[in-house]
Formats: sequence, structure tokens, C-alpha cells
Amino acid sequence: MQVGLEVFLGLAAVLFALGLYGAISKKSAVMVLMSLELMAVAVNINLVAFSRFLTPEAMTGQFFTIFTMVVSAAEIGLGLALVLAIYRQSRSIELAGMNRLKG
Amino acid sequence: MPETVNGVVFGILALASIGGAVAMLTTRNVIHAAFWLLEVMLAVAGLFLLLSAEFLALVQVLVYAGAVSVLMLFVIMLTLRRREDAIRPLDASWGAAALALLFGAIIYVGVAASSFTLGAMPDEVPDVEALGTLLFSLDGGWVFPFEIASLVLLVALVGAVWWSKEEDR
Repeated sequence: MQVGLEVFLGLAAVLFALGLYGAISKKSAVMVLMSLELMAVAVNINLVAFSRFLTPEAMTGQFFTIFTMVVSAAEIGLGLALVLAIYRQSRSIELAGMNRLKG
Repeated sequence: MPETVNGVVFGILALASIGGAVAMLTTRNVIHAAFWLLEVMLAVAGLFLLLSAEFLALVQVLVYAGAVSVLMLFVIMLTLRRREDAIRPLDASWGAAALALLFGAIIYVGVAASSFTLGAMPDEVPDVEALGTLLFSLDGGWVFPFEIASLVLLVALVGAVWWSKEEDR
């Protein structure tokens, strides 16, 4: 049995939708960051699948994936550092408590 | 030798990734959620292998399964004051579920209406050596984006250290 491109796109869409749900609904900052990682990974699956099926010689999608991995690694490092800084300030990582800038 | 994606292997990996993602979102324990994320990352590395992206599969294991998950666990455990704090409410939200479903439906319609040549997989793919050559070649290669990406990582690293350092009062 052979698996086509659309199956990979479907899997990535499901993973991205799950990550989107988590990023919106979760109330812990770390859980939101985890959901963001899930969405980044879903995008990477899309890029690699397109690269494999449509541009196998140029491997454009694989290079794009390398760069999105760099960006999401930077994002997760900064995000977790921010979570730690916020925790040190307010002893909590609940997103509901982060409203000190509200007028 | 023609390379094809084995349906059974793909099914197992797809089930592992989606099931892991669902488990990550439905478990009440934050630490368990981090381990489910790790499982999803490993399954996705397997998917990359299926798509003959060996280098990316390795990087996926090193960066996501290795570094990011451990970083997540570190931050979770540093920000827990009591063991019981790891257990959190489910945070279920119908609005978020509706939005995610809407997004999935839009993607489905988009893929169904697209004119890509779906289905057949090209037989021959370049190997890791070709990827490396293309990544570091000057003309038509990706060496300048690569250098910029390394700068981004450096700046992010310095920023993360700056943000998380203990402030002196």
C-alpha cells in the first residue's frame, strides 16, 4: 500500500489543529509553549512531505524545515526563559495572572 | 529500487503522533504532558525517516526530543512549588475546540481543492551528502540563510540567558 502526499497533509493538519486547541485553551504558560511546539512540528511535516513529493531534487522543503527548527528552538528557549523570569516575579505561571500591564 | 511509504508503518507513526498529542492535551499532569510531547517528537522523527529526510530525523531527535523536552521538564520542575502543583485542571474550552475544528475544515477544503499532483512519490531522492553540499554551496545554495540562522540562534541564546539570570538588587 502506498501513502500519498494528501495523507501527510491530513496528518499535519490534525496535529496543527490539536496544537492550536492547546495553545488557545491551556492556562499554564508551559503547556501553551508545548502546544506551540506541536504546531511547529506539524508545519515541519508539511514542509518535508512537500519536499519529498514535489521537489525531491532541490530539497527546498528540507532546508525550510532546518530554518523553522532553528526559529522554533530559539522561540522555545526565549519562551521558557520568559516563563522563568515571570515565575521569579510573581511565583506563578498561570496565564490568567499575567495582567499587570492591563490599564 | 523504488522507495514507497509503507502504509502500515505510516499508520503506526500517525497513530503514535496523533494519540500522543491527544494524550498531551488531555492528561492532567504537566510532567506527563511533557513526556507525551517527547513521544510525539519521536514519532515525527520516524515520519521524517519515511519521507527519506534522514538528516532532519536525526536533528528532530537531537533538538526536539533531546533538548526541547529536557528544557520543558526543567522549567516545569523549577516552577513547581509542591508536587501536587503538577496536577492541573483540564482547561477544556468549547470555543478553542470550535476554532481548531474550523481550522481543520479550512485545511481540508484547501487540500481537496488544490491542484497539486498528489499521490505518486518520486522514486529517487538525493542523500544526506547532497543535502550538505547544497546547504553549504555559495551559488544556488543555502549558506547565507544558514549563517543568518546561526546568528538568530546566538541572539536568542544570549537573550534567554539575559532574561533568566537572577537580577541583583
